[in-house]
Amino acid sequence: MLNLPKIEKRSTGINLFMQTMIGRASPRLIGLYREKSWLIFDVFFPMLTVIGYVMIYKAIGAPEDYVGFVVVGGAMTAFWMNILWSMSSQLYWEKETGNLPLYIASPAPMMGILLGMALGGMVGTFIRATGVILLGSLLFNVTYTIQNGFLLGIIFILSMISLYGLGMMTASLFLLFGREAWHLANLAQEPVFLVSGFYFPLKFLPFWVSAAASIIPLTLGLDGMRQLVFASGATLGFLDPKLEAIILAVLSVFFIVGAKLLLDHTEKLAIREGRITENRR
Amino acid sequence: MSSLTKKDLLSKDFLSIFRRSFKTSTWLGWKIESNWTDPFLFAVYSIIKPLSGAAIIVVMYSVIAQGNYDTPYFAFLYFGNAFFQYVGSVMTGVSWAIVDDREHYKTLKYMYVAPIQVPTYLLGRGMARILVGTLSVFITILGGILFLHVPFHFSEVNWLLFVVTFVLGIIALINMGLILAGVTLMLARHSDFVGDAVASSMFLFTGAIFPITSLPVVLQPIGYALPTTYWLELIRRALIGNVVDAFPTFAGFSNLQLLGILTAFALVLSIVSNRIFRACEHRAREQGLIDRVTNY
Repeated sequence: MLNLPKIEKRSTGINLFMQTMIGRASPRLIGLYREKSWLIFDVFFPMLTVIGYVMIYKAIGAPEDYVGFVVVGGAMTAFWMNILWSMSSQLYWEKETGNLPLYIASPAPMMGILLGMALGGMVGTFIRATGVILLGSLLFNVTYTIQNGFLLGIIFILSMISLYGLGMMTASLFLLFGREAWHLANLAQEPVFLVSGFYFPLKFLPFWVSAAASIIPLTLGLDGMRQLVFASGATLGFLDPKLEAIILAVLSVFFIVGAKLLLDHTEKLAIREGRITENRR
Repeated sequence: MSSLTKKDLLSKDFLSIFRRSFKTSTWLGWKIESNWTDPFLFAVYSIIKPLSGAAIIVVMYSVIAQGNYDTPYFAFLYFGNAFFQYVGSVMTGVSWAIVDDREHYKTLKYMYVAPIQVPTYLLGRGMARILVGTLSVFITILGGILFLHVPFHFSEVNWLLFVVTFVLGIIALINMGLILAGVTLMLARHSDFVGDAVASSMFLFTGAIFPITSLPVVLQPIGYALPTTYWLELIRRALIGNVVDAFPTFAGFSNLQLLGILTAFALVLSIVSNRIFRACEHRAREQGLIDRVTNY
């Protein structure tokens, strides 16, 4: 018989929520310095795509700011990939590896687990994206003209909150998926890079395409940030950055509340339909 | 494990096992790739991704060139990017089965105890992606011709050159995929990124989207050392010959000379890839990596 230590203090409420969040975030942060090969795979290899696109712009004689657009867009792809593979599909992976039933069986709140995933992922990806920006800027001598640092910070923070809110919401949806989860995440790469204007100004897409793509927070976030850090950004912007900040704030609330409601619903549904332990390889 | 001798290769058993391994694994690969959804959704999924990739480049070009697609560079870019899709689908198609079977399905060890040829099995598993890749390339090219008026004249195509080049290039890519599969066998982490990482590197160095002479001089030899560089050049010469004249990277080489280089690459890779795969496999067996699951 195993002698387990007696539980001295039971965490409940906000304490349990915070502990869960920190507990789920910590492996993502610890992994950053324990597994250093990410430097090659998460910074160097995305740079190859960035370099490729920069070379196209150079070959057709694009203005210098477009090089900066690609570098910033290339860095932001790290966040989108993190949302797809480490947020949206995470609960699916947890199901595949057998952890999900343990999450559900433990007293830890699922929202705390999702927020922990988001927090850990956000910090880790921020470091990766910074690496891409630094490397790209040094390599191509990108010039930044920051026009409103405060608004830039607000747009970035709101983009992250709404983006990870979207990730939390889709994570609960992915809970219901089987083998299609991997394919759906895979499908949401290039089409999103296209409609969200990761490598060119959003303004050049038809208005309604850009408007529809604005449901993805990085679309407006990226457009707003470009307008505020590049000299020609304002002339190539889709909407006014202040309006974009307001829309991002609305999206943040919508996605986080939506994540909570959807998670409650899908968790019940998944338990009822026996999908928590289902493993349809 | 020693590599295959000529006698082995010609034996009746070898051919029968080859046929059986290839046929069954192709069927299995197709089922794995496609039966997660209905055929219509699978077809949409298969074409949306590559078309979006091509559309990114088209929009980037269009933003600067203000919609003027009637330039040699656009044709160069469009065809290079379209055919480059094969590099990812063929190489990753062949090597991905290692990741899938070892980490996901946990069946790689069973493949090793079954009476099959593992390299043939990998090739078969990759066939589904090769077929889907073919469909994507076809649709991308067709879209370019119909909607963007990419300069392509059916009657001016050198079909013989195209077919020979295409086959040689695919042979080279399959063998590069086999080398990648061997490397993947020995990797604990990031093995699922290896194919994409190599394809991304080649995207930059093979002149898929810009002439390799635009690269810094010190990096250009990397491009010249890759078979895909010659493959893409010959594909362009066969399909849009007059356009290639505007890019003098290989102006000093005739079609026959380039074909000779590509043939040499395909031959060398065919010989070397099997040996490299066997060496990696031997190491993987020694170190107990065949059934290792990392959940990474």
